[in-house]
Amino acid sequence: MRRKVYMIAGYNTLSMGTGRKEFNPKKDRPGLEEYIREAGQGTLKQIGGAQNVDECVIGNFMASRFNRQANLAAFFPYVDDGLRYKPAIRVEGACATGGLALMSGIKSVLAETAEVVLVIGVEVQNTVKAIYCADYLAGAGWFKNRKAGHAYFFPGQFSDRAGSYFEKYGREKTRQAMARWFRNAIENARLCPTAQEHHNTVKDLEALAMMEPNGKSFVDHLNVFDCSKVSDGASAIAIVSEEGLKRCGIPVSDAIEVLGWGQLEEDITKPPSDPAELSTTKEAVKQALASAGITREEIGTAEIHDCFSIAGLMCMEAIGFAEKGKGADYILEGHTGRTGRVPINTTGGLIGWGHPTGGTGVHQAVTILEQLTGKAGDAQVEIPAGRPYGLTVNMGGDDKSLVSIVYKKGQ
Amino acid sequence: MSYEERLQHVSVLGAAGKMGSGILLLTAIEMADISLKPENKGKPFVLNAIDVSDEALAGVMKYLKAQVLKMAEKKMVGLRKVYAHRADLIDNDEIIDQYIFDVISLVRTTTRMEAAYDSYMVFEAIKEDPEMKISIFSKISANNPHQPWFFTNTSSIPITKLDEGAGLNGRIIGFHFYNPPAVQKLVELIKAEHTLPEVEAFAQAYAKNLRKVVVPSHDVAGFIGNGHFMRDILYASAEVENLCRDLSYVEAVYAMNKVSQDYLVRPMGIFQLIDYVGVDVCSFIMSVMTRHLKEETLHCPLLDNLLAQGVKGGQFSDGSQKDGVLKYEKGRPVAIYDPGTKVYVPISDFQSKVDQKLGDMPPAPAWKTVVGHKAKHEILTDYFTLLKTAESMGAELARAYVVRSNTIGLQLINSGVALNENDVNTVMLTGFFHAYGPINKYL
Repeated sequence: MRRKVYMIAGYNTLSMGTGRKEFNPKKDRPGLEEYIREAGQGTLKQIGGAQNVDECVIGNFMASRFNRQANLAAFFPYVDDGLRYKPAIRVEGACATGGLALMSGIKSVLAETAEVVLVIGVEVQNTVKAIYCADYLAGAGWFKNRKAGHAYFFPGQFSDRAGSYFEKYGREKTRQAMARWFRNAIENARLCPTAQEHHNTVKDLEALAMMEPNGKSFVDHLNVFDCSKVSDGASAIAIVSEEGLKRCGIPVSDAIEVLGWGQLEEDITKPPSDPAELSTTKEAVKQALASAGITREEIGTAEIHDCFSIAGLMCMEAIGFAEKGKGADYILEGHTGRTGRVPINTTGGLIGWGHPTGGTGVHQAVTILEQLTGKAGDAQVEIPAGRPYGLTVNMGGDDKSLVSIVYKKGQ
Repeated sequence: MSYEERLQHVSVLGAAGKMGSGILLLTAIEMADISLKPENKGKPFVLNAIDVSDEALAGVMKYLKAQVLKMAEKKMVGLRKVYAHRADLIDNDEIIDQYIFDVISLVRTTTRMEAAYDSYMVFEAIKEDPEMKISIFSKISANNPHQPWFFTNTSSIPITKLDEGAGLNGRIIGFHFYNPPAVQKLVELIKAEHTLPEVEAFAQAYAKNLRKVVVPSHDVAGFIGNGHFMRDILYASAEVENLCRDLSYVEAVYAMNKVSQDYLVRPMGIFQLIDYVGVDVCSFIMSVMTRHLKEETLHCPLLDNLLAQGVKGGQFSDGSQKDGVLKYEKGRPVAIYDPGTKVYVPISDFQSKVDQKLGDMPPAPAWKTVVGHKAKHEILTDYFTLLKTAESMGAELARAYVVRSNTIGLQLINSGVALNENDVNTVMLTGFFHAYGPINKYL
């Protein structure tokens, strides 16, 4: 890389929605602009204010429908008056939006048009019931497939993938692994005060998650515990050069360095060649590891895109942590847990922390920043000296838009 | 005439009422779902919503729209299949809007009873007035060339009386929904002496499609549900009178309401339930039942006294509770009407005094936690074991109440209203949301 790129000063709002005690669907809640402002100010405060920012990026998937709002870049001056007349851009790539926002910021720093980029990812989705939310999120797929698709479009897509996986590799053990995935997600979320499932007190989480799927009211192969949450939330982070670090007065030890990435697209109009595999994810992770010059054995923790438990399981295989068809064993043997081989989604992931779609990619980076710099609070996991790297996998659509990034603690 | 053909032309009498609007909703959904089958394309389906006032009928359409929306959202998975052939309907909300339109378009509101002259079947949910029902049934029957079937929602009038009075020759059946019909799973099915077997078969099929739990009840005034409820009211009122020796009237009402709710683990106290149904409705049902019962008079001076002072209870059109025996704030009782002074006395004025008098309460589980609990039976067994030996005035009142409720249940079987214990219990469990049936061995 032509210059070093760091991330600093992460901030997450609450992930608001069912599960949080504060959430009441019948009462007024903060709007899109409040989330943007809270997250943006949260990061600005840590980097010495808006005058230190050269450029801004906001990632958002579907405010045009959830909030009937476009032109989101113009909310930066609302975050802070000091951002008036500064360049800003909004990016979109379905649920990989946050990852793309990060990539946009990274490239500005590399292009030397900016030393400090403020990146925000946001989605406010509880404006409609889940059944309408499903329509909006279906925009992540090819619109021509919507008509033939399921009422709950994406749960339908991943239910079909789960069905294929069950057929190939067996149902019972896979369902058990999906239930374990849910349990890990909730147990991690309980340790993170901003997580949507932070207040969850269910005792036997795996038994709950083993509830038999009901295709008549939902989808054939997934139950609600296999799904990520409908969330309102925003995350922000600053992407900086070495110069930018100095400007913000932040020691390099409080930063993570971006070592490499895989950013790529697959044809949205084509069905997956093998529904039991996330082949685009596989390619993105491969590129990320290669560009960072590391192997997956050196990864200490990962934030991956578990929009559904089955996606989490298949991602373990796509990364190569587990062999093809062995994802369930890998999870059931405890390797993804907080004390496992590579702790995954240490603040709950999309199922436990929440999935404000456009914000998720940024939230993943914030979690890696916290973990690698030892600032994850109760959610802190041990990062072994021999495996110092953090990995993120952010997926848009049904394995179509991918951003995977490799980080290590700044030195 | 097949099931589906009969549902091509239907009228609901009293469609703007609390029960009628619910019956209208469920019937409209059933008819729409049939009309949307490919084989029924092009066939006309008509559902007359008949009531006395245009104002009330305007409210019904709003109610229908809101309810159909809720139901459509719940059955969206199936609805996408129903509208799979409609290339123009893509998003869920487009399909939901179309479905609401398709359901609502079946419904014709009118204040003219003559609309029912073309119907194959008539649901009736008008006032509990036997003469009025007989007169309307006779008129429709005489002017309708299709020999229509009558489904009456009466909760107290013997069906045989209506059949004979209107000369229907068995084209009638009691199809008693519980309030609100859209939510309550229970339907009491009451055959008149000569109800035609095909009418009964249709009723069973219709109930099944509506996913209702059917409990057959014999054609004895009040049937099972009100047979228990009305006698429960009389018992509680008598107990209030007894308690008035030691307590003031409002204190006694508070005590019995508390005992019947908290100690008995029921969803609401007996006096709140009276308000929910309506003081006037309860009183009216008692008088209708009394006319048809040979050896028993159901008469409640406490309710009569309140009615004379205009205290009625019942609900507002949005389903919220009107003040009655009790006064409500946000759905919770906060005061009790004192007929002596004609004012509501705040419960907080005497609550601690009465609670103290009732004594230490055995740790009763909350109805809400028990009702759907897997280990319901064990929890209740544990609780009643404690209640059995508890020495307090409250526990004593509760035990007597449980025994009396049990006796009423058995009496319903002995007098031939219910076939068996299970039917009595099912009605109280599903129709009244009790956590346990009145016929039990807990004490």
